[in-house]
Amino acid sequence: MSGLFPLTVAGATSRRAGHQLVGPVDLTLGGEGVTVVIGPNGSGKTTLLRLLHGAARLSSGRLDWACSTEEARRRQAFVFQQPVMMRRSVLDNIAYPLTVRGTKRAAARAQARVWGERVGLGEMLDRAAPVLSGGERQKLAIARALIAEPELVFLDEPCAALDGRAMREIEEILGAARANGTRLILSTHDMGQARRLADEVVFLLKGRVHERAPADKFFNQPETPQARAFLRGDIVE
Amino acid sequence: MKRTIMAAVFALAATGAAQAEEMKMAVTTSFHNSGLSDILLPAIKEDTGIDVQLLVVGTGQAIKLGEAGDVDAILVHSRKAEEAFLAAGHGTHRREIMYNDFIFVGPEDDAAGAGKAEDAKGALAAIAGAEADFVSRGDDSGTHKKELSLWAAAGITPAGAWYKEVGAGMGASLNTAAGMGAYIMSDRASWLNFGNKAGLDIVFEGDPVLFNQYAYLPVNPEKHGHVKSDLVAQLEDWLVSDRAKELIDSYTIGGETLFVFNADQMAKAAE
Amino acid sequence: MVDLWSGLAQAFWLVVTFDKELLEIALRSLQVTLSALLIACVIALPLAALLAVRRFRARRMVVAVLNALMGLPPVVVGLIVYVILSRSGPLGALGLLFTPWAMIIAQVIIIVPLIASIAHQSLRDLWHEYHDLLISMNVTQRQKVATLLWDARRALLTAALAGFGRAIGEVGAIMIVGGNIDHATRVLTTAIALETGKGEFALALALGFVLIALAISVNLAIHWVGRTEREGRW
Repeated sequence: MSGLFPLTVAGATSRRAGHQLVGPVDLTLGGEGVTVVIGPNGSGKTTLLRLLHGAARLSSGRLDWACSTEEARRRQAFVFQQPVMMRRSVLDNIAYPLTVRGTKRAAARAQARVWGERVGLGEMLDRAAPVLSGGERQKLAIARALIAEPELVFLDEPCAALDGRAMREIEEILGAARANGTRLILSTHDMGQARRLADEVVFLLKGRVHERAPADKFFNQPETPQARAFLRGDIVE
Repeated sequence: MKRTIMAAVFALAATGAAQAEEMKMAVTTSFHNSGLSDILLPAIKEDTGIDVQLLVVGTGQAIKLGEAGDVDAILVHSRKAEEAFLAAGHGTHRREIMYNDFIFVGPEDDAAGAGKAEDAKGALAAIAGAEADFVSRGDDSGTHKKELSLWAAAGITPAGAWYKEVGAGMGASLNTAAGMGAYIMSDRASWLNFGNKAGLDIVFEGDPVLFNQYAYLPVNPEKHGHVKSDLVAQLEDWLVSDRAKELIDSYTIGGETLFVFNADQMAKAAE
Repeated sequence: MVDLWSGLAQAFWLVVTFDKELLEIALRSLQVTLSALLIACVIALPLAALLAVRRFRARRMVVAVLNALMGLPPVVVGLIVYVILSRSGPLGALGLLFTPWAMIIAQVIIIVPLIASIAHQSLRDLWHEYHDLLISMNVTQRQKVATLLWDARRALLTAALAGFGRAIGEVGAIMIVGGNIDHATRVLTTAIALETGKGEFALALALGFVLIALAISVNLAIHWVGRTEREGRW
């Protein structure tokens, strides 16, 4: 089985109602580690992640995986900023990706139980998902994303509006996934989180990749004045 | 569990559809409302094994049902319509079975004085003259047609606010008349069986023109192959039998005889 | 007023004495309407889900037509079914006219738009909620429909109950296509019409009360089933 990566993005843009939301973007993403997408509000972080995942349509440009696009889509998952809580139990939410892939119900639930416990939802597996708190919802969404063992997971602001404890728990889960060899691409507006998680940083500005560098280099010696200003906490336009 | 319920529902729904000795007959509301059918049907079932399913409709619709082949026979009382039905080849023949009579019903005080009339024409003239409220079936039924022919015979064109065509069956029309304290023409059976007589009473009866002949018409199997001609013939034989004669002649409501059996029992032998 | 009281009293006696005829008529009402409901749901629910999930050019039109058909006058449905099932009509050879099946067909036609329309509204909302997730998971069209139908089951139950209510209380269409034949196609509503026609208001009212009681108990039963299911799962 060939891998997903490298992913080559060439001249990719996303337009809606005449507005250029993202692009043109040229990127080549390799197959390891954690890529963190940062940038000011409205810089196009969410749209970029959706474009890469295939959840938003390309207005122009190309997106090429090392394997076929369909194959690639089967081998990745996406955690939305506000995860969808299906009107089922927590357990059945987590099991859902397996059941749509044809796993037998009992086997899917058994595995969902393991994942539910791994993300710390062991106590509430039988509860209705829509009553979970914000942090619990994120954990559920991450377990649901990881259960089918994707090679790549996108996470859009996974810790927005979470308290410190929930954030630490989620970062631990993500760390474990990374250690397991899962490729992570996530967006965040929290620079602390970016520093803790990133192997590589993509700095977006006005829909374009303004600067891209290994995390060490980006945080210590940013190349562009805008990146320096952003890291200082200045408003960047 | 779900499946069991489903299966049960379907099985139950299906039971009504398929039975052996069933035939459908369209009859008029007046016949059914008389209650006579409740006496005759069990007897028919007992003697011949036939389950006669009655479609209770107006004469107009009964004839339509026969034309379309949706019933196997019709039992109606409107000679002109019956003859047209036969002339168009929809039925095989017409067999007179029995008659009952029509009456005029009106407010107990009979303000229009219809009760004092010599004959039916006179009664209608009195009602029209007083412009007293009169409810007409207005539904193209045998009773409605009879009423119209009586107006025509009296030389009156009923029109105006007092003449109310309700376009409904006998019972519903009687309800309307009771509600308004109006005059109405009804068959005797429907009237006697009517439960809501509030303030109404018979004001005129007995004129021979008010007699109401019922006839049995089998639907022509040459037009509709699915018609159960053998059952239809069996039923006809029964309807003109001595047993039917006895049941029909002895049927009473509140001590009053309703129907007079007058089938030509000899015709059977001639066939 | 007298009629109301005697109607209530008569209804009471009919029920406590297990009146044979009443039982037969009430059971037939249930059989016909539940069969119609089942068939209508099998047609309407997937249709509603497809309308929610699929984008096609005529979609808006279909939804608008469904909404319009909700107000379909039952008498007209009855007349059309009658003409089609009549021996001289296109499906006359089936011999369905004046059988319970004719009534079921008429009721299905009456309630499919109602159920589909109500179901479509809740399924559309749910699809809006689920859209991103299901698209991201690459689920097939069939899986989308199945997921929506299962997760919206409570709302769909409400849609089905609305259909049940409309069907069991319907008289115009089934009178025409069923013919109100004693022991064959007589149901509660047509029996009520018949007794009213005979001026037997008390009996008609009694049947009416039985009809109402029946409708309420079916509603309660289904809600109860829905609740126990929720408690069991969550």
